[in-house]
Amino acid sequence: MPKWFVPAVGLCAVMFAASPFLIARADYESTMGLVQKIFYYHLPSAWTFLLSAVVCGIASARFLFGGSRRQDRLAYAAAELTVLFGAIVLVTGPLWARKAWGVWWQWDVRLTSSLMGWMVAWAYLLVRKYGGPGSDKLAAGLALFGMANVPFVYVSVNYWRTIHPATSVVPTLPVDMGLALWFSVACFLLLFVLLLRLRVHLEEQRATLDALHLSLDE
Amino acid sequence: MRLAVLLILLLGTPVMAQQPQPQQQDEFVPVSQLPAQDQLPAAPLLVTAYAFVWIAFFAYVASVARRLSSVQREVERLDSDIKRGTRG
Repeated sequence: MPKWFVPAVGLCAVMFAASPFLIARADYESTMGLVQKIFYYHLPSAWTFLLSAVVCGIASARFLFGGSRRQDRLAYAAAELTVLFGAIVLVTGPLWARKAWGVWWQWDVRLTSSLMGWMVAWAYLLVRKYGGPGSDKLAAGLALFGMANVPFVYVSVNYWRTIHPATSVVPTLPVDMGLALWFSVACFLLLFVLLLRLRVHLEEQRATLDALHLSLDE
Repeated sequence: MRLAVLLILLLGTPVMAQQPQPQQQDEFVPVSQLPAQDQLPAAPLLVTAYAFVWIAFFAYVASVARRLSSVQREVERLDSDIKRGTRG
């Protein structure tokens, strides 16, 4: 593991420990009240979910068209993180919606396309695990679909009728709400980088293990 | 026996009289806002959301650490087998 990894883990832990204080200090939203504070972890996890789907897609494209095994390992790691952060989005969102909208779930375009992106990431992992020889390229094709879904998820709230808040909410946040949000975003991005590096390291170790098995067979 | 029944009726009547009897409803009256005590509390939803995030992170890190240590043990074992084979 690189030298910066352990200090970065410490920094990430300190930042995550500090984030609840900033979130608690931020004002309440006038109509939703206390439950709106889910937003400060929901939105950063949603952005990280979309970012990891893009990383998975770009790495898969580079693997498909360049044949780089390093890119394949990066794509595999990012797909797992897409599932992790997607699960957080899809659990925290309905918990917020139950109070704010009165329902757990709406089959509107933002929620449905997010669920679809999450299922594509699951499909990637299942194909990699059970697909047999050649499944890496099939999974890479799936990752391209996952990446193509990302802009659709992001802009959907601005073009379709939905009760999900629009993207214009973020630039218009007051200072204390914005501070809590952007601090949480920094926490989630740092955590994403650390988890991605850790997960890529696992794939590198697996590649080493495969090479050792081959050399032992010869 | 008659005295006992009389006592129950005499003592029980004030207790029953104190309990308010719900009135029969002829119609439902709509209101746009629920009374505060009937509204869904936000705190359990908020706590569940944040707890889920932390549990998901810890579970994932534990899962990666477990897989990593298993692979590293296997790498070390094979590495030492190969070195022993080369020396032999």
